[in-house]
Amino acid sequence: MTMEEKLGGSNGEDGGRDRFPIGMRVLAVDDDPICLKVLENLLRKCQYHVTTTNQAITALKMLRENRNRYDLVISDVNMPDMDGFKLLELVGLEMDLPVIMLSAHSDTKLVMKGITHGACDYLLKPVRIEELKNIWQHVVRKKKPDSKDQINASNQDKSRGGTGETGPTSSSSDQKVSKKRKDQSEDEDEEGDDNGHEDPSTQKKSRVVWSVELHRKFVSAVNQLGLEKAVPKKILDLMNVDGLTRENVASHLQKYRLYLKRLSSVATQQANMVAALGSKDPSYLRMGSLDGFGDFRTLTGPGRISSASLSSYQPGGLFGRLNSSAALSLRGISSGVIQSGHSQTLNNPINGFGKIQPAVVPANQNQNGTLFQGIPTSINQLSQNKPTNHFGEFNRCNDPNAFGVATNFQDARVMVGGSSNTLPVSSGNPLLLQSNTQQTQHSGGAFGNQPSSLGVTSLNQEPFDMNVRGSSNFLDHGRCSENWQSAVQLSSFPSNALSASETFSHEQLPSNNLQESISWTSSHLSGSPLDLSSSMANPANLEDSRGNISQVGLNNNVIQNIDYTTKQQWGDSRHDYNGNMNNSFSRGDSLVPASGPMMDQSNVISDKMNDVSLFSQFSGDSTYVVPHLDGEKSAFDTKSRSNDDFLFETKPQNGFNQNSFEPLENIMMSMIKSDQNNETPLMDGEFGFDAYSLGSCI
Amino acid sequence: RWKPRLLECEIPASNPKSLQISKPKKVNLRPHFLLLKFAFLPGFKYPVAKTGLPLWMLGLDADRLRADLNRLLAFLFHLGILDEQYLQLQQLQDESSPNFVSEVVNIYFHESEKLLRNLRSLLMDRDFSDYDKMGIHLNQFIGSSSSIGAKRVRNVCVAFRAASDQNNRAGCLRALELLEHEYCILKNKLHELFQIEQQRLLAAGVRYPMLN
Repeated sequence: MTMEEKLGGSNGEDGGRDRFPIGMRVLAVDDDPICLKVLENLLRKCQYHVTTTNQAITALKMLRENRNRYDLVISDVNMPDMDGFKLLELVGLEMDLPVIMLSAHSDTKLVMKGITHGACDYLLKPVRIEELKNIWQHVVRKKKPDSKDQINASNQDKSRGGTGETGPTSSSSDQKVSKKRKDQSEDEDEEGDDNGHEDPSTQKKSRVVWSVELHRKFVSAVNQLGLEKAVPKKILDLMNVDGLTRENVASHLQKYRLYLKRLSSVATQQANMVAALGSKDPSYLRMGSLDGFGDFRTLTGPGRISSASLSSYQPGGLFGRLNSSAALSLRGISSGVIQSGHSQTLNNPINGFGKIQPAVVPANQNQNGTLFQGIPTSINQLSQNKPTNHFGEFNRCNDPNAFGVATNFQDARVMVGGSSNTLPVSSGNPLLLQSNTQQTQHSGGAFGNQPSSLGVTSLNQEPFDMNVRGSSNFLDHGRCSENWQSAVQLSSFPSNALSASETFSHEQLPSNNLQESISWTSSHLSGSPLDLSSSMANPANLEDSRGNISQVGLNNNVIQNIDYTTKQQWGDSRHDYNGNMNNSFSRGDSLVPASGPMMDQSNVISDKMNDVSLFSQFSGDSTYVVPHLDGEKSAFDTKSRSNDDFLFETKPQNGFNQNSFEPLENIMMSMIKSDQNNETPLMDGEFGFDAYSLGSCI
Repeated sequence: RWKPRLLECEIPASNPKSLQISKPKKVNLRPHFLLLKFAFLPGFKYPVAKTGLPLWMLGLDADRLRADLNRLLAFLFHLGILDEQYLQLQQLQDESSPNFVSEVVNIYFHESEKLLRNLRSLLMDRDFSDYDKMGIHLNQFIGSSSSIGAKRVRNVCVAFRAASDQNNRAGCLRALELLEHEYCILKNKLHELFQIEQQRLLAAGVRYPMLN
């Protein structure tokens, strides 16, 4: 019943139509035994005749043996011995059977791939019986155009040749062709009505089985002629096979061309994939990192300057670095470098202590972003979710921040000394900035005037807890305000970083010391300016005088940053972190110092080592991806030993750090606010810078 | 030779609590009714021997077991451990394939445990980087779980696959833990189902001849 009816039904479109779906012979291929068994039983339930195999190769063999034994093939996509799509293609080419793909993965790309490879349908597991009840439609659909092949044989030639390359799917192309045929047949109909109509019913075209041999002949003929020039008629002649009509060859040629096109597109796709792979990662990472880090990432602040430095980074390289840095986990700085989002590695945070998460620079990136990334990570530890953006922005702050930091430092010292300056810092951090600026204006040099510096320091003193906050403010401020303002903020930062200032004060308690320290710092700063300038890759931002100042500030910032970072880090990593931080800072982002200082203040003071590293970083270590703590430390040491002592006396205040995360945010916010409030950025800054240099001359 | 005369006293499944002893058709069995009363146990379908010994112990409580089975199935559906696909499997079981469900499920257990072992060994490997391979395993797991109707296992696998696509090793580990957990739950529940089913079959399969 089934066989004859099948044949009759397929060819004549009448015959066993009524019973057609019943007894349809299906070949099911799936490597998963459970799915195969279930599918088999489902198909049996639909009253189909089922043959199963769990290997694609076996399936091909069975099909090649006798193509007429099957009406439909259902194949899984993921099979170990052969790709389901490949099987699909081969079956379509050689046997012209309808193939249904089956998969557990509903990925759109896969479905598209299936369709382009010529699948009649794409089913998802679990397969339901309702879906299987309808699959016979594909058999009918495939058979229909064939039955019309007989019509208008002569007219088909031209249309055939033209339609060699048609749409993506063979079925659609078939339809197009059949449509053409219909059109032509309409023309023909007028002439050869009877023939046209009677053909399908009278003619029983036996389907051509494209066996491997036949296909080989075909391919050789095509190659002989040349793919472009291959015309069905010529191919037919070359092949010299009995019983093969031009239509058969034409349809086969069509499929073959599709197949080749698909092959080439796959190849190019793969090439593209490979090419894109490298670029993909960073973006991937970026995404990852962005998520992971949260706020601190943005610490990479010193925007302007960093642009230059950033350019030196290649995302790929960064990526690599990032990985290593991530591994280190402590190397927050390196992560910072990675800005480009390699932070992904960083994202997996290192919950260890002091893991410095690379501060992924936000996409919109601060130019200096990378530099400061390191810092944020440390901070991240504490408050991963804290938006480090502030920091990042802070980093951006170029000179001003640096300056600010420096001033802050000084101020702090001054304050310690008990200077009575009452800095106008009226409101917390933001005020600091303002006051600082004011101060600078006054004194014409923050450092030059003790009082002014004091003022600053007083500001600094303010909220010990605010340190963090202040720093955050700084950061924000830095972000907002261009150089000068940020600088101002930085100055306020010190006040915020209570710990920093505290430590600072500890060491500097005596007013004498203050003076010394101040001078020391200034000298130090002046000493380091070169370094800073070198490290700070953005000379553009800074004028010469400013540059020095900023450098100094940078140092401060750096130190501060480092401190901060160290603070952030719980435990051991601190030192490393500082180093890293320094690295990041020294990247040459003036901003870094700006942001750094905020954070670092506490750190700086507390962590001598960090300081060293920081400075060493400044010494122009451009690639700070990997913490070069040791090397830098030494460099730093030579540069400013005294500074170390001065700055990094106390141990980083872990506790503080941890808390600082939050306050940092606040600080940053306030800083930003103050930033916005301050309208005297550049002018003051400049002024201040000059003053500073004066001070440094002291 | 004495042959036990058995009366089947059926308590209708719909109203298990009430003991309704259907009157035996044969009058001459009536004397045994008295004995039945003493052997009453609600909710059971039990044959009673001539001696009056309730033979419900023989396991002829298929109805009860069927009720238990349905209850358990409903419970599993409610929990999301199984879904409609499992019912479809049950429908595929018929005279031509009487043990279809249990066969399929046993294959599933076998394959799944293999897959789980592979996944775990992959993830435990320190130098693991071949997420594609893991994705392939997971695809198979998803396919087989969904074919069985194991909804929760399948969902965990999908999440696992997502983590694997992102090369998120930590996420994969977590997902693997969850997957193993869910798989254990599923296996236990399915075993329970099969046990009840088996008992029910035994109970329903036992036929005691009405002897006179």
